[in-house]
Amino acid sequence: MNTTTTRLNALRGGQPPVNHNARTLVGLSVNPGCARRALLDACGADKGTVARQAGHPWQFGQSRFALARGNAFEQQVKEYGGARLLALLRESLDLPVEQVAYIPLKSVGDSTGREQRYRQTCRALVGAARGGPDPGTLYDHPMLRLNVGGNDVYLEPDLIAFKIGDRFYIVEIKSFPVIDRQANGAQVAAATRQASIYVIALQDLFATNGLDPELVATSVFLVTPKDFGNTPIATLVDARKQISMLNRQLARMDRIDILLDLLPSGLTFDLAVDTTGVPTRPAANLAADLRRIPARYRPECMAHCELAGLCRDEARQNASLDVYGQGVVDIFGGVDTTHTALALAEGRQPSDDQAGVARTLRHAERLRAALAEGAA
Amino acid sequence: MSSLAALARLHATRQGRAERLRQVRHHHLVDEPLVLVILTMAGEAAAPLACMVGTGRRQSTLLTVTQPRNRDQRRAFYAQLAAVILPHIRRRENTLQQLPARPGKPPRQRCADAPQIIVANHATVDYLSLVGRSIRFQGPPNTTETDPSIALLGRWLTFFAERAEYPGSSMLLPLTAQLAAHWATGQSILEDESLSKLLAWIEPPAGLTGVQAALRSENPVLFPPAGPATDPTFDAVELEPRMITHQQALASGDHLTAARTATELQDALASQLRPTWNQVWDGLALLRAIPQAARSVRRWEDDRDHFTSHSLHITRGGAPQPVHDQAVDAARRLARLERAIHMFEDEQALDDPFVLAERRTVGTAFAGVVVAREPDRQVTSAKGRRILRPRFTIRTEDPPPIARDQDLVDPERPRTIVRVREVLPEQQDMHLITVEVTAGMGSVSRPAADAVPELDELVCYTAWPSQWGAAEFPSREQTPWTHTGPSAPQTFTDLSEAEQT
Repeated sequence: MNTTTTRLNALRGGQPPVNHNARTLVGLSVNPGCARRALLDACGADKGTVARQAGHPWQFGQSRFALARGNAFEQQVKEYGGARLLALLRESLDLPVEQVAYIPLKSVGDSTGREQRYRQTCRALVGAARGGPDPGTLYDHPMLRLNVGGNDVYLEPDLIAFKIGDRFYIVEIKSFPVIDRQANGAQVAAATRQASIYVIALQDLFATNGLDPELVATSVFLVTPKDFGNTPIATLVDARKQISMLNRQLARMDRIDILLDLLPSGLTFDLAVDTTGVPTRPAANLAADLRRIPARYRPECMAHCELAGLCRDEARQNASLDVYGQGVVDIFGGVDTTHTALALAEGRQPSDDQAGVARTLRHAERLRAALAEGAA
Repeated sequence: MSSLAALARLHATRQGRAERLRQVRHHHLVDEPLVLVILTMAGEAAAPLACMVGTGRRQSTLLTVTQPRNRDQRRAFYAQLAAVILPHIRRRENTLQQLPARPGKPPRQRCADAPQIIVANHATVDYLSLVGRSIRFQGPPNTTETDPSIALLGRWLTFFAERAEYPGSSMLLPLTAQLAAHWATGQSILEDESLSKLLAWIEPPAGLTGVQAALRSENPVLFPPAGPATDPTFDAVELEPRMITHQQALASGDHLTAARTATELQDALASQLRPTWNQVWDGLALLRAIPQAARSVRRWEDDRDHFTSHSLHITRGGAPQPVHDQAVDAARRLARLERAIHMFEDEQALDDPFVLAERRTVGTAFAGVVVAREPDRQVTSAKGRRILRPRFTIRTEDPPPIARDQDLVDPERPRTIVRVREVLPEQQDMHLITVEVTAGMGSVSRPAADAVPELDELVCYTAWPSQWGAAEFPSREQTPWTHTGPSAPQTFTDLSEAEQT
């Protein structure tokens, strides 16, 4: 065990680590500058429980209806040994109709252990890669592995790796609709980022087996329902940007020691779980430890991070301009807090580097005062 | 965001409640708006769960669906919704007025009143657009999909959603956008999208600050989401178990349980809708209390014109809105949209000192005192005539104007148009701006008396809202085939398997 792992385990405390999945890994890239989130994720702490115990529960998540619909659509697309899916992929790649194979990788005999399944995936995919050009093979539910911050993370894509010719494509099945050839931009972006994680993991699998990672296509297939029905359509999406962004993020996770070195000793997210499994750590105490790690709150965190409530509260207590979002922060560049901004607006002598923003603030305040007078 | 609006957010935080950002209301509110709060089933593109619709706080119709995935139930829901909305529209279609002929324009008709739909937020506007898209094409003949009222509802919803893209239009208003335009809260723009959080800041309950009230309204049990998305916990705890029991009871022929669970479902959905329903009426009352801007009257006439012509289009058997605009239609629509945005922004500044002040912080308006004037200045025109072109100079502390080739006007003297000719920096953030009068100055022989303000007079200039020249586009018949020229208009799209290519 290396020291980084030991230190991360100490940071997490007694609770078992939360497994990463594509969703949480993607979450890392949403606010890359936030050390608090990076450390909590790296040590595998359960952010939702930690936030609740610290007195700031935060809820967001998918509805069960959405999950059910997602599963139903996926099953429908994959039924008959992936025949329907294959027809779709062929259409988008303009492929001739030929014999294809469908290889499910969901279970290995009786055992479905993750490491075993990963090895089986390796054997199947590496073998296929060495086997030369292929008229088309679908690999359902491969188990992939990725090293994140020194720990192995198993990724079980609800998806399929599709080998055609020499190349492997990642196929991601999502249930958000594409209506009149348009889909919700945020949903497409999220799905592409998730698929990108799988691309990286598959590239990693080939690289560790002495194969060329370029065998994995950097474009991914999104399979989604068309319009208001259940008819699936496949769209090839270029994911190069997302892949390089996530790669940078993952590399940063490997340098987590730099963040660890900055932490005061004794800091931990341990929840002091008692024998009945109930966390007993006092909220104030846990919150204090969390606050010793710098965060970078932005209103966008509310949709992505379980700690958003705590960080927003902290930003408010510090009167930080961050609570208003980037628009306000940009306008008052160089000023960090509401207090300073209002003081400058009301005539406090600015420092040299505040001269410009102070002028803007005083001007706006003069106009505001004149309006208040006019309205009264 | 202007620095004035940003500063107002900081003041809102300090004083613990929202700060007014507008003196007047720039959108028209009809006496009898149709309020619509709608919930959709998560994960589906457009499968409504329930809605509350009506023209008064105590005059609401509640529509619910026990199984939104069921196509027949969905259509039954749309038919019921159409039975509420279409008569409301029809009553206003029947109020045609004759407008007399104007120079260059023949006499025409315009509805004296138009329908107005008020919804909670932008997400609902998008959702209505989606619903409109999913039902406006009538299904193939001799199927169950032919109910003409449903397709008609779809066409009107599409019409409303398209009008909502125009910032000056009042036909379909998301309340959060209205409230956020009139008040600055002490929270982020993202949080302003929540109706309950906005109201918390504008009118915090006694004893609570805006922050505290907004925090309280984040509890989805006390303050259910305003839709169309529901609270995932509500879905899991209240909705799903009841739906399952209801389905099972139906399947096993247990009518008693089926009826009971149907009522329970309806109650549960109503409990999610009612708080938002009341909030929408609260928000509307807040907006009504603000006096209406003078120029919003013309914009509402514009809305009525569009309503009238769409109504005529339908009565004359015109086709529903196509799925994709043709190239020329798309270009025309973009040009119209762009003009409407400019017009609306410029007009607001003339109606509202708050908007004018905001413009002064970003350099699209300026105010100051007159420090020099040349009321008799004359130049020789291109045709060799002597013409009057008075000039005067203003000292301003505002950021200097950015645009030079724009007609400017002082809201206090709307008959005179000026243009910026020179901007000179002076000491201490001051600028000297020389402007030339280009309209309203009279002639050499008969100069207008008040065209040039006096020395030391306080003046303020902002963009003159002009209709510009409307961009010209070829008719459909004249459009080359490269831009998808003549082709038969689409009459219906089958949304089922037949769409597969």
